[in-house]
Amino acid sequence: MAIQVREAKRAEVKSSGRTAALAASDVRKAFRPAKVVPASGTSVRAVDGVSLSVWRGEIYGLLGANGSGKSTLIRLFSTLLTPDAGEVRVFGLDIDRDELAVKRLINRVSVEASFFKKLSAMENLVYAGRLYGVAPDESRPKIVSILRRLGIEDARMKEPLETLSRGMQQKVAIARAFLSTPMLLLLDEPTTGLDVRSKREVQTFVRDLRDEHDATIVLTTHDLDEAARLADRIGILHQGRLVAEGTAEELAAQHGGGTLEDVFMTLTGRRLDDADATEAERPT
Amino acid sequence: MIANVGAQLGLAYAFVEREIALSKRYWAWEIVWLVYGIVTSLSVAYIGLAAPTITGGSGDTAAVSRLVLYLLVGTITWRFLGLIFEQMAETIAWERWEGTIEYTFMAPVPRVTHLLGMCGATLVRALGFSVAILAAVALFVPVDLSHANALAAAVLLIVGAVAFVGLAIASAVFPLLWTEKGLQMAYIVQAVVLLVSGVYYPTTILPDWMQILSFISPATYVIRGMRDALLDGADLAAVWPNLWPALLVGAISIPLGLRVFLWAERHAKRTGRLKRSG
Repeated sequence: MAIQVREAKRAEVKSSGRTAALAASDVRKAFRPAKVVPASGTSVRAVDGVSLSVWRGEIYGLLGANGSGKSTLIRLFSTLLTPDAGEVRVFGLDIDRDELAVKRLINRVSVEASFFKKLSAMENLVYAGRLYGVAPDESRPKIVSILRRLGIEDARMKEPLETLSRGMQQKVAIARAFLSTPMLLLLDEPTTGLDVRSKREVQTFVRDLRDEHDATIVLTTHDLDEAARLADRIGILHQGRLVAEGTAEELAAQHGGGTLEDVFMTLTGRRLDDADATEAERPT
Repeated sequence: MIANVGAQLGLAYAFVEREIALSKRYWAWEIVWLVYGIVTSLSVAYIGLAAPTITGGSGDTAAVSRLVLYLLVGTITWRFLGLIFEQMAETIAWERWEGTIEYTFMAPVPRVTHLLGMCGATLVRALGFSVAILAAVALFVPVDLSHANALAAAVLLIVGAVAFVGLAIASAVFPLLWTEKGLQMAYIVQAVVLLVSGVYYPTTILPDWMQILSFISPATYVIRGMRDALLDGADLAAVWPNLWPALLVGAISIPLGLRVFLWAERHAKRTGRLKRSG
């Protein structure tokens, strides 16, 4: 069923020129912190009036410091949160009203590779495939092929996930997302904490995924090099607001030239590393 | 229509297969729970055997045998129903702990299908455990089932399982709404159900206010009916007074439990509670 919906949607969008894979309009989300003193909690605006469009086949980078609202936005796009206001559409489908249909078109990789730790990569992925309507007969060879391509040896595919390194687990997480052949892939800091080699392998795979499989990718990162290397367009998030958007060159031209780091500093008043450090020190 | 039912069953089976794989990986803990269940049930049986010694009573063999079976039917039936409750209540908490909750809720699986799959896995496990406990206990304690009506007992057990599923689904809502303490709340509900359902005694000895709670617990009717069927050989017609209330509770609690769960999921999405912990 999930596969049929995706194929029908692919055929539909192929015949219709430039299509918004993702369209967010004035999206807002606030959270109330846990109340220590009754009635003392004021809500925190995590996402504050964000509007953006991501075109089919595009890699869109969302750049921002920790706490800028990147993950909240990804969780909103992946149906795990409902917006307080605004509208989100995936290939024209409303994420609230057409939730199940949207779920068939998307997948997500989060910063933590979330798996059943005692199950092997193969068991976890066969299970994930079943949830997206991919039968084990079909998924097993596909899993082996994807994992090999990501540099995971056959013998390790049957070991409990908890015995694999963080880099390997993250690759398995990417394989899980790829297994369902999503039309829109949401990558929430997929390379955070990976060594340089693993980071490069994942970045190459992400680009191949777009080029070979017609996927649209939204990638959040606080790695400027990664954003510049992978993204066709970049949106800069600051305190829940989308403060700038464009290609790396356009952003540089619009904000006084220089590097992406310079652009970020011009827009937010801080270097990205400093902003991350400040957020990390902030009590939660 | 049939294709869609087949597809949904296929999706539901994903959860059954996952739970079986997890049981294999956590086999040492499964043995712990099995041994714990056997030991608890045996201890209760020995209390029955020791009743004449404890009370200074006559020690009439038939009466002692009846008491032992009375207690065993209660404890093993409760073990069966309790496992259903526990595993369903832990559905959310377990996935939070593993960190997979976001992926399960993001998958294109209708929630009813997800919960149906978890119910299937839970019933398989609860039935396996209960049969193993009964077999193990029978090795140590003489169990006289010569008067038992197996058909009536089986029907009661099935109806009881279905009725308990609704209650368990509703309890799974606690960990969905309260990320830190929700599971503890579910365990408290389970403990109260144990107290008021007449697992080890007739509910008539309970204070009046507790008897009101026993009235709405499906376990009360299932355990009472199981005793009638296994101790006195009551047939389906004879256990009907206990069967229909259990059916009624199931007919109310399953749709109600599902509705409450769906409401809680929407609330969790509004408030950001649908996320991993630990």
